[in-house]
Amino acid sequence: MSRQDRFRDKKVIRALLRKIAEKKKSLPSPCRIMEVCGTHTMTIHRFGLHPMLADIGVDMVSGPGCPVCITPGEVHEAAIRLVTEKKNLVLATFGDMTRVPTRLGSLQKTTPARGSIIKIIYSPEESLEFARRSRETEVVFFGVGFETTIPSIAVMARSAAGEKLGNYSILSALWLIPPPLRAILTSGEVRISGFLYPGHVSAIIGEKPYEFIAREFGYPGVIAGFEPADILLGILSILDQLAEGKPAVANEYARVVRREGNPVALTLMKKMFEPKDACWRGLGVIPRSGLKLRAEYGAYDAERKYGLRVESSGADLPGCRCGEILRGVLPPPKCPLFGKTCTPESPQGPCMVSFEGACLVHFKYRGIRN
Amino acid sequence: MRDFLAGTILPAFDNSRLRKLMDASHLPGGIAFTTDSYVVDPIVFPGGDIGRLAVNGTVNDLVVSGAVPRFLSLGLIIEEGLDWDVLKRILVSIKKAAKAAGVQIVTGDTKVVNQGQGDKIYINTAGIGKVIARPRPARIRPGDKIIVTGTLGEHSLAILTARGDFGLEAKTKSDCAPLTFLLPFWKKGVLWMRDITRGGLATILSELAAESRYPLLIEEAQFPLSRSVRAAADLLGIDPLYLACEGRAVLVVPGNKAGDILQKIKKNPLGRRAAVIGVAEKKIGRPGELILRTSAGGLRLLEPLTSELLPRIC
Repeated sequence: MSRQDRFRDKKVIRALLRKIAEKKKSLPSPCRIMEVCGTHTMTIHRFGLHPMLADIGVDMVSGPGCPVCITPGEVHEAAIRLVTEKKNLVLATFGDMTRVPTRLGSLQKTTPARGSIIKIIYSPEESLEFARRSRETEVVFFGVGFETTIPSIAVMARSAAGEKLGNYSILSALWLIPPPLRAILTSGEVRISGFLYPGHVSAIIGEKPYEFIAREFGYPGVIAGFEPADILLGILSILDQLAEGKPAVANEYARVVRREGNPVALTLMKKMFEPKDACWRGLGVIPRSGLKLRAEYGAYDAERKYGLRVESSGADLPGCRCGEILRGVLPPPKCPLFGKTCTPESPQGPCMVSFEGACLVHFKYRGIRN
Repeated sequence: MRDFLAGTILPAFDNSRLRKLMDASHLPGGIAFTTDSYVVDPIVFPGGDIGRLAVNGTVNDLVVSGAVPRFLSLGLIIEEGLDWDVLKRILVSIKKAAKAAGVQIVTGDTKVVNQGQGDKIYINTAGIGKVIARPRPARIRPGDKIIVTGTLGEHSLAILTARGDFGLEAKTKSDCAPLTFLLPFWKKGVLWMRDITRGGLATILSELAAESRYPLLIEEAQFPLSRSVRAAADLLGIDPLYLACEGRAVLVVPGNKAGDILQKIKKNPLGRRAAVIGVAEKKIGRPGELILRTSAGGLRLLEPLTSELLPRIC
């Protein structure tokens, strides 16, 4: 049995669930854990862990962990305006981004200006390669991501600047994970017992950026990997911290995440980007929660280059409740549109579009109790 | 796709045979009749080409409908400028595949369209077979077993890598093959059989579950998967349950005959990795449901494929 198989094995999972159930008995209140990462949401539902955990009194709540989802409508609209108004331009982006509905429709349903196209890419590198090959065409990479993806987008900007690729720029929606967690805790809107911190993001930023959550707010948390056993080990660690009354930042994903994170990636991020106050869907403006290219790389910032105005409100389309879902206030199946007018084929909000979106995950992987 | 067929195509020609939406229709005189068009892109891929696919796809539709494939028609729509050698290769493939499946090509048609009005070559085949059994999904009872005849998803992965999407390099070959070796099992009590094509195992079993009186439960831990499909699934987040094959089938057999049938399927090289992957249930779930027990032991419902995973896969 490979290591991966062991992390998914029924016997291992059953043993961990038994331990969690045992530990849970010593705790008085119901236990609600927010998984901050969309990939965690996927694992929890794809492997059917959600109902098994609910059976033993552990409730999992999805947080603002899907970058496509938390990018507010106005940013998507800016991309639509750009490609519909500007001729001979290539807008390169990930497939999910083209399907997000906005007041102007979605990129997918948009008719670009003459000579312009929307190109679906699988990695940022493809957009740069395209700009290298067709120097006469303006190429805009519509890039979105958390700390996991930001370093690779930073490499794009660095390469473009190094090669003086005047036809390349980045329309970026880059998000930092710790600030919205502070926003969620400060609002006090949702009852949580602890956090499952994202494994990939933590591989870049390390443990330190979460410490304020234990120190200032007294909430336990754990950095966890993405296999079913990783998640259960994480939950067990949170219950341990609760039982002992010692909130901390535990690391159950030490095979990937180092305490200090990835210094090379962090240095590069810092060199290319600076923090900005950013507007999140559902959460509004959060201080220093986003990144923008530093002034010296302004030529590669599509917002500046094309004078795009992005004034975000963070509001949803009428009827859509993605904002509440991203704050962990509303479970996806409780949204009145869920599975009715809002389905993967005709999504009414981004959480039903992205493959890590909480609504799509709930829709695709409907758990049942044994 | 099924909604489109039922809502748009069916009403236009509605009749009792078409309404069953079977892979092949059973006609008076013990004849089974089917047709399929092939538009796969690329036309040549690891493990096969559009010619081989056009024969096996239609042959397999007859096999799973309980008929011995006998005769095929062959319609070629060729785009002007198609490489002569490629065309010859495809014709040789068709000849070989027909021989292997024991069918004769007895009528055909060739059309050439202007450049840009087609994409290299499209093929249509229709097939006639002799009915030897009638699938009986209504007879499925709790405890009956679900068997797949081999590893899942290799055809999809082969097409995906041949297209160069995702910059993937894998040595996966399409599983494209005739399923005629399954014909004898109709006499051994097989209740139902389908080839696992578009939509993959989950879609095909969802359709069966929707018509069944009992829920169907399948076990993730039992799925036969090749290493490359496993790796691609993890890397790209594609679910092998929704990937297409072109030489695998899923069977429902009576519980007490499952062991024997499985052993015999495994003796054929094309069935070497066959496995019992599930069962018709009584205790878990509700009628109409297809349930997956994940490798981690959790239960969830499976739905048919909704959005197209890969266009022009066959």
